[in-house]
Amino acid sequence: MKWITAWRRRPWAGYAVVLAALAIIGVAYAGVSPRTDRAQAAAAAASDQDVAKGKQLFNQACSSCHGANAEGTKNAPSLLGVGAASVDFQVSTGRMPAMNLGAQIPRKKPVFNEEQTRQIAAYIASLGGGPAIPSKDQVDPANGDAAMGGKLFRANCAQCHNFAGSGGALTGGKYAPPLTKATPEQIYEAMLTGPQAMPVFNDTTLTPAQKRAIIAYVTQTRSEPNPGGNGLGRVGPVAEGLAGWLVGLGLIIIAAMWITARKPKKKHNV
Amino acid sequence: MTTQAPPKAVDGAIGFLDERFGTAGFLRGKMKKVFPDHWSFMLGEIALYSFIILLATGTFLTLWFKPSMSEVVYNGHYTKLVGVHMSEAYNSTLRISFDVRGGLLMRQIHHWAAVMFVASLTVHMLRVFFTGAYRKPREVNWLIGLGLFTLALLEGLFGYSLPDDLLSGTGLRITQGVMQSIPLVGTYLFYFAFGGDFPGHDFIPRLYTVHVLLIPGILLALVGAHFMILWHQGHTQFPGKNRAQKNVIGKPFYPVFMIKAGAFFMFTFAVIAFLGTFAQINPIWLFGPYTPDSITAGSQPDYYMGFLEGALRIMPNWETNLWGHTVSWNVLVPALVPLGLIMTGAALWPFIEQWATGDKRIHHIADRPRNAPFRTAVGMTAVTFYGLLWLAGGNDVIADKFHVSLYATTWFFRFAIFIGPVIAYNVTKRICLGLQKKDADIVHHGVESGVIMRLPNGEFIEVHEPASDEQKAVLTGKDPLPELAIEAEDENGIPSPSARGPLGKLRKNLNRAFTVDDVPADGHDEGHDDTSPHAEEELQPGGVEPGGTGGSRAISHH
Amino acid sequence: MSETNETHGASSEEERAPKRVIGTPPQVQGHDLLPSDGDGGESSGYKLDPVKARKAERAAAFFFFLTFLAGIAFIVFYAVWPGHVGNDDIVRAMHSNYALGTSLTVIFIGMAVGMTIWVRHLMTTKEIIQERHELASPAEDREVFNEYFLQGAEESGLTKRPLLRRSLLLASAPLGLLPILLLRDLGPLPEKKLRHTSWKKGTRLVVDGTGQPLKPSDFNSPGGIITVIPEGAEDNLDELAKATVLLINVPEDQLKVKKGRENWNVGGIIAYSKICTHVGCPAALYEQTTHHILCPCHQSTFDALDGAKVIFGPAARPLPQLPLGVDSEGYLIATSDFHEPVGPSFWERGRPKV
Repeated sequence: MKWITAWRRRPWAGYAVVLAALAIIGVAYAGVSPRTDRAQAAAAAASDQDVAKGKQLFNQACSSCHGANAEGTKNAPSLLGVGAASVDFQVSTGRMPAMNLGAQIPRKKPVFNEEQTRQIAAYIASLGGGPAIPSKDQVDPANGDAAMGGKLFRANCAQCHNFAGSGGALTGGKYAPPLTKATPEQIYEAMLTGPQAMPVFNDTTLTPAQKRAIIAYVTQTRSEPNPGGNGLGRVGPVAEGLAGWLVGLGLIIIAAMWITARKPKKKHNV
Repeated sequence: MTTQAPPKAVDGAIGFLDERFGTAGFLRGKMKKVFPDHWSFMLGEIALYSFIILLATGTFLTLWFKPSMSEVVYNGHYTKLVGVHMSEAYNSTLRISFDVRGGLLMRQIHHWAAVMFVASLTVHMLRVFFTGAYRKPREVNWLIGLGLFTLALLEGLFGYSLPDDLLSGTGLRITQGVMQSIPLVGTYLFYFAFGGDFPGHDFIPRLYTVHVLLIPGILLALVGAHFMILWHQGHTQFPGKNRAQKNVIGKPFYPVFMIKAGAFFMFTFAVIAFLGTFAQINPIWLFGPYTPDSITAGSQPDYYMGFLEGALRIMPNWETNLWGHTVSWNVLVPALVPLGLIMTGAALWPFIEQWATGDKRIHHIADRPRNAPFRTAVGMTAVTFYGLLWLAGGNDVIADKFHVSLYATTWFFRFAIFIGPVIAYNVTKRICLGLQKKDADIVHHGVESGVIMRLPNGEFIEVHEPASDEQKAVLTGKDPLPELAIEAEDENGIPSPSARGPLGKLRKNLNRAFTVDDVPADGHDEGHDDTSPHAEEELQPGGVEPGGTGGSRAISHH
Repeated sequence: MSETNETHGASSEEERAPKRVIGTPPQVQGHDLLPSDGDGGESSGYKLDPVKARKAERAAAFFFFLTFLAGIAFIVFYAVWPGHVGNDDIVRAMHSNYALGTSLTVIFIGMAVGMTIWVRHLMTTKEIIQERHELASPAEDREVFNEYFLQGAEESGLTKRPLLRRSLLLASAPLGLLPILLLRDLGPLPEKKLRHTSWKKGTRLVVDGTGQPLKPSDFNSPGGIITVIPEGAEDNLDELAKATVLLINVPEDQLKVKKGRENWNVGGIIAYSKICTHVGCPAALYEQTTHHILCPCHQSTFDALDGAKVIFGPAARPLPQLPLGVDSEGYLIATSDFHEPVGPSFWERGRPKV
């Protein structure tokens, strides 16, 4: 271990350690890449039993904010007429029931399982209609035209969610979330109902086929590998500049230090 | 060695060249040219090698790239874009990425090399600035360097704009918007440059010629001039034992420096190839083709344009309308002022320094940054100014990744851009002074040995070893500035005419700034006999282990 | 190569006392043994420890061999690897990039490390002191030069013959203008082009990307937005750069209608230019909770309820509003062009209409 002792005494050892640490942090950070997981929500016909069960669940978990009859309170909006699609989106992404009301309610692990979610949605739908949960076929990425979807995505979605669906900043601490975890159903429901700050794209403006095209584009893009190496979070040139300075310049300067360093001399008194 | 004749084949070649060009006589002295060794002297080389890589990979890319804005329908191997209308430029870039073997690699290496080119130019420039290596006789080379830097920024911006993807088109749109806002001639410049409306059909072909021919040609000429001047004037060296203004110590060009430079070229290429392989840059297929009605979150330029972008973002929305004409301060100020401040300031600095200090001497010994606190502090002020603008250019990514309010980041930068540089100036000056004091301390009292000794009275002290001659030479190697003649007063106490008036006062104040913070490091080490040759001799054999355990030698030998 | 001591006495001195001076230049070795730069004839350099030299030579050779192998690998990958030519799979592109890129990296790393070991451990060249040459010429040279210069000027007659001198200057004056003149045909004059878009009375709004026209009933969801363009401009990028419009459905009761714009909206459906008035990015982020329109480039923020008034950021002017109406078939149309130029400001633009 003598060489370590010798090296760390060198004038540049401090810089080298800092650079190496920065490089490692940079690489490690870049290594955290988006992952995909898909949950499939089953859309089944709502029965009276579902509605009753849903009402029960609603009273336990939602009524304190949304009111006993979902008429809304000063803390939360009325749910009359928001439709099953909206409930399914909010509950299945874990946003509802909300824990605390910050600038924006984040996605988290869902509290209710698929069946319970469907029951609450059925109850809310029974109060005043609204958009329904899309069918499996409506959101099947395999049937979507990804090229058309890409075009629509760039014209209507990328300004907030970024070119690869990596998300982006909005005002006042709000943000457009990354689309890495959203299921096809959730993407469809989000476009249809416009949760939180997101605007609404109803079925007469963007037809169901066009929505399916966007879903196809989003799901293909997020699952497609990065042919050029690590995607650096797919956030564009900011990450690239960081990598260039920390990793690129860092490594080359370490090489320069090695080339110009004095040979560590051993004692020779022969 | 010199008496031996070279092998026949080599001799033949040397003879051939010599009889025609007189090469042996010409090269005889050149082969032994000495280059001082220090890692920071190699930063400029990174830029040179990145430039060579850019030329090579760029040539490769031109073989397939079609600089045309004509519309085509994509029908290649990237299924997600099949059937999409796009320009031929974008189409051919996709083709290079997916249909040409090694094309993606070359594209990525080209782009990474561009990032490294500007980054290394920046750090090289900072090294030259902070060590005062721009001083006489190297002012002209400093100016050439600034020219290279400016052209490199332009070249990068143009290259970024060529593939005609959504990000590059957005960059062009911003460039066009800035162009349009220039008073009086803006709209004319815009219509001439774009050949009509934006985006039109002419701009990318025109940009291409400028990017692959005009600017690289000028860059090549300037790089040549920069290097020839460097060769002719010789490289600076840091202060050290035996080092003087009149000499240069190091290994000769042939064979040592030549191979070192070659190895470093290979390292640079290796790192850039590594990035090109493992870090995806500018994934144009994800951005999609440019259309002026689309935009993506996180629309950013490459990092070296980031400071302009940042300035645009934090500027308040001032615009004036006078006599039917509009002046957009909200665009003009950020587009011109930061770049103008930094580049003009840098260009004038060597001359300002000469004027203020009256120092017209030739300098071949580089300053250690701490020994020129005013210069170092001003440099750090500029670095902070640039750095804050750079960060401001990524404020949306900062807001998104760190969950802070977007407007809060803007407000932060609006204030920080004025406060930050002031803090940087003062902190840097303090640090420089502290380091100077420490140097003086080492010269006078030696270095801490790490050995704790207990005195007979029970007190613990740390043994100080005298600084080595070499170390002392480094520490005392600063060159005090000469007195400025204008400070002279005549017998009646009236300052000379040149010291009066606003310019004279400015010069006097600047001179004070340059000279005031100087802690003399040498001059009184009498009374410390531990630097005698005897001590040095004694220390030598133990000089292997600098660690704490080896430190006991100083005591045991005495 | 037979002696065992690798260095000469003075050079071992450098590892002496701990060096606390971070960032100092490398230490120079003892004075006495530094050969100065003569014309040949100096000693032929260090003697190497043969055992270590052998080791270093092997190490360097190992890295050069690595480069050779990587070079072969590159050729093999290029030629034999199925490659991605003819395949529509992005995975192939990725594999190819990794295979070629890794071998290329190893090629250069091998060379670099091998050469560094060579230069650091096998070269016997000593450090030398070289005198710097005076850069300025001797005074005598300067005198002679000055003399020649003046003599030449005299002999040429240029100093004595003002007519010659002045006419020469006159002759070259227009030459400087020619290149600028030749650039005139780069583009047309701007004229009034920046003041108009292709919107006119009766132009239908069609959805960007799909080309479908819209009825107010199609766009009836509160909080809805969509990017629309003039019918017929779908593939005209020049037109899209000026005429793209953001169609927003805001609550009619919250809309602050400006004077003179009373019938520019259709039941809360309003249209603003999507081209930011700052430097022209599409201002397209719409938050339906706050009704703010945000430009993602420089974060100018506009209030959709209040005539797209600027509420934050560097943009100085509101987004121009497009007057909307409904045609006989019930589709949304523009009732005129924008009443002011869209996009970034320019010199001739003049005061915006309030």
